[in-house]
Amino acid sequence: MIQYAAIVLIVLGIYGLLTNRNVLKMIISINVMEVGLNLFIISVGYVTDGFAPILSSVHNSSALIYVDPLPQALVLTAIVIGVGTTALGLALAKNMYNKYHTLNLDEMRDE
Amino acid sequence: MKNFLALVLVLLLSAGIIITLQNNDLFPVFGEAQVVNRVSDHYITKGSTQPIIWGETTDAEDGAANIVTSIVVNYRSFDTLGEVTVLFVSAMGVALLLSSGRTSKRLALNFKPNFMLRVGSRALFGIILMTGVYIILHGHLTPGGGFPGGVMIASSVLLLYLADDEFRSKIKGFKVLEGVAGSLYVIVVLLGLILATYFLQNFLPTGTVGDLFSAGILPIVYILIGLKVGSEISGLIDNFLTEEEAA
Repeated sequence: MIQYAAIVLIVLGIYGLLTNRNVLKMIISINVMEVGLNLFIISVGYVTDGFAPILSSVHNSSALIYVDPLPQALVLTAIVIGVGTTALGLALAKNMYNKYHTLNLDEMRDE
Repeated sequence: MKNFLALVLVLLLSAGIIITLQNNDLFPVFGEAQVVNRVSDHYITKGSTQPIIWGETTDAEDGAANIVTSIVVNYRSFDTLGEVTVLFVSAMGVALLLSSGRTSKRLALNFKPNFMLRVGSRALFGIILMTGVYIILHGHLTPGGGFPGGVMIASSVLLLYLADDEFRSKIKGFKVLEGVAGSLYVIVVLLGLILATYFLQNFLPTGTVGDLFSAGILPIVYILIGLKVGSEISGLIDNFLTEEEAA
């Protein structure tokens, strides 16, 4: 049931993307969406009372119950790509501000 | 009015998602995922019928104690190769967008850093750097790995930028390091094709599960990824914190 909280985060990000006209707020909305999606993917692999999928001196056998490691590996990839896209978006926003001296899309006009 | 329309659209979308998920047999109830029926079971048992014991099992299919690392750098290493490429392309895009040419200067601080701040940040720089290196080296045993460790190295560079108004990283060195680490990653995985049978193959002995020197090429690849990510993010920070000199 807690997975629906992650879906709330995703649609919250979409709502922010639809209603905001400020470039920085749009980038933050994309990030909120991404966090919700990552949480959702992680939650699909959760097993009640499962251990973190790392063999150690305490949990030393692969016969124990572990949570699904595959969604975690996929989310690791997604986080890194999120960092890359956010950096690119922020660089675009910086260039926009240097040219138009505003971050609001409605106020940007051709000189 | 526009906000109301957006709200209606979002509510419709979430209702659609929830209805789709509720009548879906493939979507597990939270906490009741059946790992045994999934492909992940192969990753946990490393393809053997005997249970893998930490510190005892030798020469398993994949010797990493951290199962997530064994997926990221061994079973699905092709994914990671693409991921590193995406990060490289985005760093290159930022460098193109914010390129400041030869006459660049770093952003000025609002205050004059005193002696204590400068010395203290230098001391902290070493500690953060060593933690990042430790996390990269133990990526196949403990949580962490090349990506978090690389970002940690970059955060130590950011600390020097914020605490010292004369610090300027050698951006050219970072570019060289990034290129060398990225090329070595491709060369190491190509060696699998030459020395063994297929691309990305783990051609070194995997050793005992839980040892520092285990898991074949996994630590080597993760060190290269850590160097690449660290230099890439440091380059990003440098791009954001410098600006063109007013001509």
